[in-house]
Amino acid sequence: VSIFDDQKELDRRGFLHCMAWVGTAAVWTLSGGVLKGTPIEQVARGAAAKGRMPAGLRFVQISDSHIGFDKPANPDVTETLRAAIAKINGASEPPAFVLHTGDLTHLSKPAEFDTLQQILTELKVPVFYVPGEHDVLEDDGKSYLERFGKSTKGAGWHSFDHSGVHFIGLVNVVNLKAGGLGSLGAEQLAWLERDVKRLKSSTPIVVFAHIPLWSIYPEWGWGTDDSAQALSYLKRFGSVSVLNGHIHQVMQKVEGHITFHTAMSTAFPQPAPGMAPSPGPMKVEANRLKKVLGIARVSFHDVRHPIAVTDVALEESGQAMAIG
Amino acid sequence: MMMKRVYLASVAVVLVAATVLLARSPSVSANAQRQAAAAPGVNDVKIDNFSFGPGTLSVAAGTTVTWTNRDDITHNVVSTDGVFKSKVVDTDENFSYTFAKPGTFSYFCSIHPKMIGKIVVQ
Repeated sequence: VSIFDDQKELDRRGFLHCMAWVGTAAVWTLSGGVLKGTPIEQVARGAAAKGRMPAGLRFVQISDSHIGFDKPANPDVTETLRAAIAKINGASEPPAFVLHTGDLTHLSKPAEFDTLQQILTELKVPVFYVPGEHDVLEDDGKSYLERFGKSTKGAGWHSFDHSGVHFIGLVNVVNLKAGGLGSLGAEQLAWLERDVKRLKSSTPIVVFAHIPLWSIYPEWGWGTDDSAQALSYLKRFGSVSVLNGHIHQVMQKVEGHITFHTAMSTAFPQPAPGMAPSPGPMKVEANRLKKVLGIARVSFHDVRHPIAVTDVALEESGQAMAIG
Repeated sequence: MMMKRVYLASVAVVLVAATVLLARSPSVSANAQRQAAAAPGVNDVKIDNFSFGPGTLSVAAGTTVTWTNRDDITHNVVSTDGVFKSKVVDTDENFSYTFAKPGTFSYFCSIHPKMIGKIVVQ
């Protein structure tokens, strides 16, 4: 009991620190490899002072929609996904496209994939996918690949260029080893090395994958065994942003010139690292659910300038507000 | 204030989890006693909080082992050496496998590979 008492304050602080980004809107900018967090109202004021922000590349990341999940943590995941889509469609400046960073479905069932596909047709823009471990539960991911990975390689990895930015979708949820973390595998790593070889070092890179490509909490499997190898191929690039899902909460890290960011889920929250007996779905009060679910808006105002990631909850709490 | 509520909620979750663990401990020891007898029959592995319990289960050859998922999230049971593989085991579902021959059979959840366990068949 005394040990618990001694650690209570520390745990509380750690927990609040982690939770501070859940259900809160903030803007992160990457400048010269240094991440700066800015309260969103300040950004809004700055933008108002300068007039409208210049047009640039805008896209949205959604993650962990878990269609088919029906447990107490969220009995209606299609409704919350629809709320996320309404958020995206309601933006004053629409995104160029949407990235879904995996766990589209809960049980990889064809009916779940169909439901997800149908809901996402409400989006007016293209969607690019990578699978989560819940999308490849049966048939080695064939159901996923038939629907969402037609022009991809291997288990669904792919890359594309948009507005001068090179996007790379990686798959780290197949062929996982007992006792291990997420895994990219030799074949995908070799592909990645070839994929970026032709690019100038000034090309901004955005990597998206389901399980975090940085070690957040290995005790809960929140990391990728061979991510260091993948990131070594990206060292020479001046701007690298890594977008992940899987942990159903917002986390940030900067390592050199690489910025890591995880997005909220649209389905259910998960506890902060070590703050619960396991990383299972976290039930919150019903009126708080939409404050801990959300999307991430990402923008490049100019490819030579920093990217900004804005985490937007389905329902904002308190004074925080979203910018379109 | 909101953060305070979050903290209180998390304490409540931890307390509930602790209570559940304490409440379950008698059944765990009952299982252990059954295992000690090592009689052929059904033996149980519970999946709770992203772990297999007991982590190592000793049984006699011919025993059918049943895994039951008590988490609010999907798991599976996959032999490390390809001997057996369950389909998805959702909440309150189970998977059974009969171990005909002696040996040590390591397994894991291929969805959450940090979850590992072992069946020792004598």
